[in-house]
Amino acid sequence: MAALNDEQVMLRDMAREWADNESPTTAFRKLRDAAPAKGFDPEAWSTVAQMGWSGVVIPEEFGGSAFGYLSLGLVVEQLGRNLAVSPLSSTAVAASAIAMGGSDAAKSEWLPKLAAGEAVATLAIDEGPIHGGKIEASAPGGKLSGTKKFVAEGDGADVFVVAATDGLYLVAKGEGVTVSTRKMADSRSHADVTFADAPAEKLGGPELTQAVVDRATAVLTSEMLGMADAAFDQTLDYLKQRVQFGQVLSTFQALQHRMAKMKTELELMRSTVEAALEAIDAGRSDVDQAVSLAKAVANDTLKLVSREMVQLHGGVGMTDEYDAGLYLKRAAVLETMWGTASYHRDRFARLNGY
Amino acid sequence: MATAAELDRPADTTDAFRQEAREWLEANFPQSLRGKDNAMSAVDGPTEETAEQKQWREAMGEKGWGLPTWPKEYGGGGLGRAEARVLGEEMMRIGAYNPIGGMGVMMFGPTLLEYGNEEQKQKHIPGIVRGEVRWCQGYSEPGAGSDLASLQMFAEDKGDHYLVNGQKTWTSGGQWADKCFALVRTDKSQKHAGISFLLIDMDAEGVETRPIRLISGSSPFCETFFTNVKVPKENLVGREGQGWEIGTRLLQHERNSLSGGGGSQGRMNQGEQIPFIAKKYRDVDGEGRLADSDLRTRIIKHEMDQRAFALTLRRAALEAKGNAGPSAATSVMKNVGARITQDRAELAIEIMGMQGLGWEGEGFSHDELAQTRTWLWGKAVSIYGGSSEIQNNVIAKRILGMLDHQ
Ligand SMILES: Cc1cc2nc3c(=O)[nH]c(=O)nc-3n(C[C@H](O)[C@H](O)[C@H](O)COP(=O)(O)OP(=O)(O)OC[C@H]3O[C@@H](n4cnc5c(N)ncnc54)[C@H](O)[C@@H]3O)c2cc1C
Repeated sequence: MAALNDEQVMLRDMAREWADNESPTTAFRKLRDAAPAKGFDPEAWSTVAQMGWSGVVIPEEFGGSAFGYLSLGLVVEQLGRNLAVSPLSSTAVAASAIAMGGSDAAKSEWLPKLAAGEAVATLAIDEGPIHGGKIEASAPGGKLSGTKKFVAEGDGADVFVVAATDGLYLVAKGEGVTVSTRKMADSRSHADVTFADAPAEKLGGPELTQAVVDRATAVLTSEMLGMADAAFDQTLDYLKQRVQFGQVLSTFQALQHRMAKMKTELELMRSTVEAALEAIDAGRSDVDQAVSLAKAVANDTLKLVSREMVQLHGGVGMTDEYDAGLYLKRAAVLETMWGTASYHRDRFARLNGY
Repeated sequence: MATAAELDRPADTTDAFRQEAREWLEANFPQSLRGKDNAMSAVDGPTEETAEQKQWREAMGEKGWGLPTWPKEYGGGGLGRAEARVLGEEMMRIGAYNPIGGMGVMMFGPTLLEYGNEEQKQKHIPGIVRGEVRWCQGYSEPGAGSDLASLQMFAEDKGDHYLVNGQKTWTSGGQWADKCFALVRTDKSQKHAGISFLLIDMDAEGVETRPIRLISGSSPFCETFFTNVKVPKENLVGREGQGWEIGTRLLQHERNSLSGGGGSQGRMNQGEQIPFIAKKYRDVDGEGRLADSDLRTRIIKHEMDQRAFALTLRRAALEAKGNAGPSAATSVMKNVGARITQDRAELAIEIMGMQGLGWEGEGFSHDELAQTRTWLWGKAVSIYGGSSEIQNNVIAKRILGMLDHQ
């Protein structure tokens, strides 16, 4: 565990409490079955904002608290534990892009609204089903054209931070923007967004794109950490309670060693995730490496834990009634988002010159 | 079972048989079904046959070639292994599938042939061979999964019949099945020796199924409740109290066919091959190799695993010549088969990225949506039929002679 200050401890505990009381996995199920058009529960989103979480990485002058990425990660992790549905991470990361590159006008138009939870923002980067492909969208004369695939929270976003060949742009929903929903295994909001001569404001060059994607990736690993931790805890609880052969399953050494291995991997995962977030907060020059390390480890670990969760629950793990499948499905989507383990191992190697 | 003499039939006999098979298939296999799959092989859905599928099933059922090596007197093909292989080759050549399948074929039939009395074989085997009767497996109970022998469903001796009360769960295809082969308790005082193997009509009064939804979205299996169900005594297979022996024998057949050892390797080779999918979805370099070298390495590892497995199956088949049926070694095969099936699906969704994780609706092809479901469904192969952990226990104890630590 990173050394947290008092504010961070409070933030974490509050988020944990809220997630457990107000947004347990049953809330996710309800939302999944209701399938609201925007993909999230507006009431829950406004509570999240009231607690200040949507403004954690927004500067104070624009209504945020500027607590930083480690703090944001702590919140996202707690929500991830319970598969809480929220446009929090996408909005926060998109807001930071605006904060880093936006004009004064753009900042004062959007940041206070995003901090207050009155608007939702997201990143629209990839143009294919796999992260890291070519970007072809372009914005000659401030009119952006191109199609972005699998944009998380695309259904409910009011404003998009869009990658074009020459960098990042800000595009508000409306003129020239068409959103079409993609129904994915994790039952969360993903959409293809087509921009056709949409009015766009430039935020920065390709370095900004990279910096923002790294931030998004780091925040995503926090969600993965929360999920992996919770999946592990629930599996352990189950093994301690399920009786076969006249004994609880947790007495079988074959299972004890598997749990022990997972616990070990989880420790490594937590360190890499926290290190990536801290590297961003510290403005270090090797954020990219820290992020690729975190995502590669997070992918492998969440994959291990979520698959084992199903296996160790046995038959009930295959049923929709138990939560194991929900973690499995969300895990697979997050393993794909912002790059697979292969992608990040390769990137890490390149960054290190081999 | 084939005799040694049948196995070693000279080549000219098989050549003549090849000709016969070719002609018969040509005359009977509807061309429109070329390349299609057996609608009955899967238990995860009701069978809705087209007129042609039905016609093909009936033709093969009549001929007995769906189960080519099963004895002729019960409707089977009565062929030797060499001929059965030839038949398989000829079917493959014209893109024909075997229309006969299901749990009756994979597990119940072979077990009944071994343990059933003459009357029972006459009564039940032809329906399986013809693909007319669907069987389900009533083993698991809420409190009896891996520890199957702790099952509680009770069959009380009422003189001319048993009165059955209790609950089964995870009954695959229970809602579509005609009959159920069940393990029931006939004696409460002994764990293993109190179990009997009983055949129950699913439409008997007092049988109720409630479908359970799976993580893949479908509801192919049930909780099954039995309330005062009358089962005639003639439906007891073997002796009272012999159920554990018969039931575990059936599990060996199940593992055998799940692993592909039953000649159904096709199951895990279904769909496009992984390298082909990879080249369709991923970038290749100037020399036509996958650009993602890490992925490429793992795909090759998977391919090699698959080949090693196929070679092992072949070696096991050769070594088992003359042996009667599957053995504890099927646990090894079941685990490898499960691992390969799951690796394949994991690789496929990884290769396809977000495109391989679609649930429904616009933007995904039929194959892509099927891939998501296959991946999720595949998580069950290491759980059912005895989980991988239980197979490992079997390997450790029965093959390696390692003992419990208590
Ligand atoms: C899709 C599907 C279809 C099925 N179809 C049928 C069917 O048609 N008919 C039927 O009767 N049953 C069916 N089953 C049930 C299946 O056989 C059981 O799920 C299986 O035997 C495991 O039992 P369980 O679910 O109670 O898990 P548990 O026995 O509770 O096991 C939970 C976990 O603990 C592990 N474990 C248990 N004991 C040990 C041990 N001693 N050492 C190490 N690890 C251990 C298991 O491997 C598993 O990972 C089906 C199951 C599934 C998932």
